[in-house]
Amino acid sequence: MSGLPDIDTLIGTLAGALEKHLAHHAREAPLMVGVHTGGVWVARKLHTLLAIEEPLGTLNINFYRDDFTRIGMHPMVTPSDLFSVDDRHVVLIDDVLHTGRTVRAALNEIFDYGRPASVTLGVLVERSGREIPIQADAIGQHLSLTEHEYVKLSGPEPLALEITHKT
Amino acid sequence: MQSPGDTLQIDAHGRLKHFLSIEGLNRELLVNILDTAESFAGVGERAVKKVPLLRGKTIVNLFFEPSTRTRTTFELAAKRLSADVLNISATTSSTTKGESLLDTLRTLEAMHCDMFIVRHAESGAAHFIARHAAPHISVINGGDGRHAHPTQAMLDMFTIRRQKGDFSSLKVAIVGDVAHSRVARSQIHALVTLGAAEVRIVAPRTLVPPGIQSMGVSVHHDLRSGLRDTDVVILLRLQNERMQGALLPSSHEYFQYYGVTEEKLATAASDAIVMHPGPLNRGVEIDSDVADGARSVILRQVSYGIAIRMAVMSMAIGSHAAADRGDD
Repeated sequence: MSGLPDIDTLIGTLAGALEKHLAHHAREAPLMVGVHTGGVWVARKLHTLLAIEEPLGTLNINFYRDDFTRIGMHPMVTPSDLFSVDDRHVVLIDDVLHTGRTVRAALNEIFDYGRPASVTLGVLVERSGREIPIQADAIGQHLSLTEHEYVKLSGPEPLALEITHKT
Repeated sequence: MQSPGDTLQIDAHGRLKHFLSIEGLNRELLVNILDTAESFAGVGERAVKKVPLLRGKTIVNLFFEPSTRTRTTFELAAKRLSADVLNISATTSSTTKGESLLDTLRTLEAMHCDMFIVRHAESGAAHFIARHAAPHISVINGGDGRHAHPTQAMLDMFTIRRQKGDFSSLKVAIVGDVAHSRVARSQIHALVTLGAAEVRIVAPRTLVPPGIQSMGVSVHHDLRSGLRDTDVVILLRLQNERMQGALLPSSHEYFQYYGVTEEKLATAASDAIVMHPGPLNRGVEIDSDVADGARSVILRQVSYGIAIRMAVMSMAIGSHAAADRGDD
């Protein structure tokens, strides 16, 4: 099912919005960081589109999740790979912004690597359903969905968005 | 998935509840521990050497036998997971005043602790505590008698995997006092389970336990031939008390025949690594040139020990979180 624009169009929109946001705030030489797994796929594309020189950082927020005491350990596949973020303009990328809990965990982890000058949040899809006060600075597309609808990004090649219904 | 016999270590959903011995755990679970440790390995190199995973949990180091290395790495591992740590050593506790093991256990349970790390001179002590502990408590064996030292074995497996990659082509020699070594027993179980091509024991006859071949190892009494073509050489600590039990003539003579020197290592593969669980007896089981040489990975074993202990602690505490929820 669709109703969603083409994925390359979305990534292009997000890249443009990010560029504009960074320029407006004079945030130069950004350090891009993707959140595993979908966020890393999107960040790889953006990293090329925006011609960022510094290698892409990746975050696996499993150790920072707020539901460990409820669901236990997730099997870890790829650990975080991030350099010093001290005094850097970090651009954090995720595929879908939903409850905001993943971004909260990612922010906590970033600050354990150092003290960035700023953090900009870019997401491919910003959907309804925030549970904590977190918002994106740049988005590919906004979607109003019910609590039973979920957006899922599959990839890495090709990237595809899908909306599923769960009850 | 797991052998039904190991309902103590493994919960109904196949998750690690207690970590008491390698025996009874399958390859999938051992690999899962190694993979989880891999993801913790970088934490010690960051600005903040901590992740918030076990925030609010209390872990008790319950050591009935002296240990510096094992206790401190467990403590550091717990602290890097943001847990609170209580260190209790038998020499300073009520056990010296005659309190029974079970009374000590009940007292600590009443303090709402979440995990016990147990080291004890009696084989089976950690199993005993795991069997009698309240359901919300996980037990990790930090070494029991001559029986098992599973976190040491897993940090050794982690070291081997990091240095050599795959286990299936590896020839591994374990050299020294296998008869009295809980480390050796756990290492053999782990190496066999992970599919090492060949595991050899190299030791004098008096230090080889009878029937060890049934664990899937071959036995050598000559060091040079025992080390031939090996990729991994694991040395065991020779405990001084063995000399008094008439099992060995002297440490000098032991070094002459079983002490690993660069010259005796010459028969091993050119890229062989040398491991030792520590503390070292230089000039007894290992020559200083080997201990400090290019093939030695002894200090790396210590660093990796923290990551392995973080992995088993978080997996075990994570299991009862999941069990509470009835989640599978």
